[in-house]
Amino acid sequence: MKIEEILNISPYSLAKAEKTKMLDERLLEMTVHHYMSCDLYRRYIDALGVNISRLPSYDQLPFLPVRVFKEYDLASVPKEEVIKTMTSSGTSGQQRSRIYLDRATSANQTKCLAKIVESFIGKSRLPMLILDSSAVIKDRKMFSARGAGILGFSVFGSKRCFALDEEMNLDVEGLSDFLKEHDGEPILLFGFTFMIWEHFYKRLKGLGYKPDLSKGIMIHGGGWKKLESEKVSPGDFKASLNDVCGIEPGNIHDYYGMVEQTGTVYMECECGHLHASAFSDVIIRRPEDFSIAGIGEKGLIEVVSVLPESYPGHILLTEDEGVLEGEDDCPCGRKGKYFKVLGRIKNAEIRGCSDTYAAKF
Amino acid sequence: MRKSADAVTLMQPNSELTLLYPREVDWSAFEAPRPDVPFSDDAVEFLDALSSLIMKNPSSRQYPDVITFAFFCRRASLVKMKSDFTSDKLRLGRGLVFHVAPSNVPVNFAYSLVSGLLAGNMNVVRVSSKSFVQVDIIIKAMLKLLDERRHSDVASRFAVVRYGRSSGWNDYFSSIANVRVVWGGDKTVEALRLSPLPPRSYEVCFADRYSIASFGAKKVLDASDAEIEHLAAGFYNDTYLFDQNACSAPHLIVWLKDTPQFGDAENKFWKAVHSIAKKKYDFQPVMAVDKLTTFFRQSADMKCRKEPMPDNVLFRLHLDELPINIDEYRCPGGYFYEYEVDNLNEIAHIVSLKYQTMAYYGISHSELEDFVFGNRLTGLDRVVPVGETSSFSFDWDGYDLIETLSRQPIII
Repeated sequence: MKIEEILNISPYSLAKAEKTKMLDERLLEMTVHHYMSCDLYRRYIDALGVNISRLPSYDQLPFLPVRVFKEYDLASVPKEEVIKTMTSSGTSGQQRSRIYLDRATSANQTKCLAKIVESFIGKSRLPMLILDSSAVIKDRKMFSARGAGILGFSVFGSKRCFALDEEMNLDVEGLSDFLKEHDGEPILLFGFTFMIWEHFYKRLKGLGYKPDLSKGIMIHGGGWKKLESEKVSPGDFKASLNDVCGIEPGNIHDYYGMVEQTGTVYMECECGHLHASAFSDVIIRRPEDFSIAGIGEKGLIEVVSVLPESYPGHILLTEDEGVLEGEDDCPCGRKGKYFKVLGRIKNAEIRGCSDTYAAKF
Repeated sequence: MRKSADAVTLMQPNSELTLLYPREVDWSAFEAPRPDVPFSDDAVEFLDALSSLIMKNPSSRQYPDVITFAFFCRRASLVKMKSDFTSDKLRLGRGLVFHVAPSNVPVNFAYSLVSGLLAGNMNVVRVSSKSFVQVDIIIKAMLKLLDERRHSDVASRFAVVRYGRSSGWNDYFSSIANVRVVWGGDKTVEALRLSPLPPRSYEVCFADRYSIASFGAKKVLDASDAEIEHLAAGFYNDTYLFDQNACSAPHLIVWLKDTPQFGDAENKFWKAVHSIAKKKYDFQPVMAVDKLTTFFRQSADMKCRKEPMPDNVLFRLHLDELPINIDEYRCPGGYFYEYEVDNLNEIAHIVSLKYQTMAYYGISHSELEDFVFGNRLTGLDRVVPVGETSSFSFDWDGYDLIETLSRQPIII
């Protein structure tokens, strides 16, 4: 199946049997494509002992651990066709992922993201409030994950306004002008979970200024690690935001996604479940033997995506743990798997020789 | 500040220090240490008493490494070591030895201390900030001996401490040490080097090392069920017991193709190791990812293939070539790569200074000697039977510790 056809599918319309058929076909093709086009990928497949002319169903195809994009340059197109290099965020000192995009893959990412997001916010573009600082996207050449996220979602904004100034302070005047201008219209709010909490919610609460965002639709991502340490649950998050700006909890959507598979995001529905769209899938694997875990069973999250053609990122083993909650039967009506992300796997507590010790000096 | 003939002793720092042994200390005794002769009767008596106390403690039984240490310290074992220590000249300790113990092998601090004591020194041992039950058991026994006051002379010749990062205590202990013994990774060694030693003092470093194992396929193939189980148990102790992250734990496994059925021998061996690891090893999810990532690196950088195994507890990789930097590919927690040879000499080119231990099974002594000496290797300080890679001996990393920690005055 050609990617153009796949991207015409309505994002949450495929039930298990159809989706499996489509993914089997598409991912097999992609595996062969990357095998032929990426030397390091071919070596990996060969070393695994996989017979490329007799590939199994998509849930048995080999996966790459995401960390390899931090250590190796993996591309399935010639250098001159790369138009964009995405890098992951990462604290200083850590290596960042490098993802090479050609024109086609980059365009498909944009198109795919649009299809998914439209099913939550509607087809027309909305006035968009970015709950971050414009400083994040200043350097266009190197896309950080945060910048890429903002730019990626910016296509859904008819008019854009950054709610935070360069010092990450809430720009109350700008915000209230923007809301006055779009009085009565639905507003798209986008940002990173922790930034929203720290610089939007806390600030609003402190100021006592209560903007009317009752028609707001919020999309946020980036993970819960920091909020968990503040003991803020997803429920608290929604209720607290409702409290300071009137946004409906059902209109606040978390998403799970990663720079290694931009475009195929996993959006949270009104029932609080993260959903795989028709363009991607999650497979929860038992760490002991990589067998597929059942519903409700914790395991490592594998993500597959129909998009990556310019780099071999179509089947990845993440370093996150998650739980499959169900498939095709979420009360919200969306087809496909829905799941929960439990966070990053714990680093091994290993009796180390001995630089772990050195770090304590 | 005290000025001696050749060194400046620093003031004791104000920063925090946890004294694990003894109960209170006057560091001035350590600033002017009195040496003893190696293997003094007092020291042997003290260690033998320590050994019995540890053996009597029921909680020791859960820790094979603690029991092994207690065995090591029995009078009979020490007397044998004394007689093996064939120095016909009289020796004396150096004075004060400052030990920095590693965080990977819990009982290592005790072996380091025993080496220092038996060489005739006073000792300060810094243990890892990571706490281990094994350390607690041994310290508890030491404190009991101290309280009984039966061996008060030896009991006052050492201290065990714990302190945090960037502590002035490194500077202080270094400034009064005659020898500094550092166990740990290259970064630990680097960090300690920031603390100057007196001009006449020196340092012995047991830095990060790499270890391998070699097997004669024929003997493995011929081994009975009981023998193979024993072999696998020994290999488990060499590797998984310390997360395959002790310096002495093998990563590269070399198979001597002394039978055409070497493949069967390999499968037989790994099956036995896997069955023990599956039962005993505490596998952590992140290891699955780490192993797969290391495997990707190897597939990218060398010709190799994954051997089918039932799960991720034991990851096996067959190497079709042996690159000279193979020691850079290691992953703790049960990750092994294998290389087959007709003769051990085929791996001589990879053995650098970094190589510490080679465990062996089914290979003759003379073959091993030919390999190490015939190839004039720069590395491999210990070639020991499978199961004994982590057994401590005073010959470690190419040093005779008793000799290294003592001096030999000449009287003509």
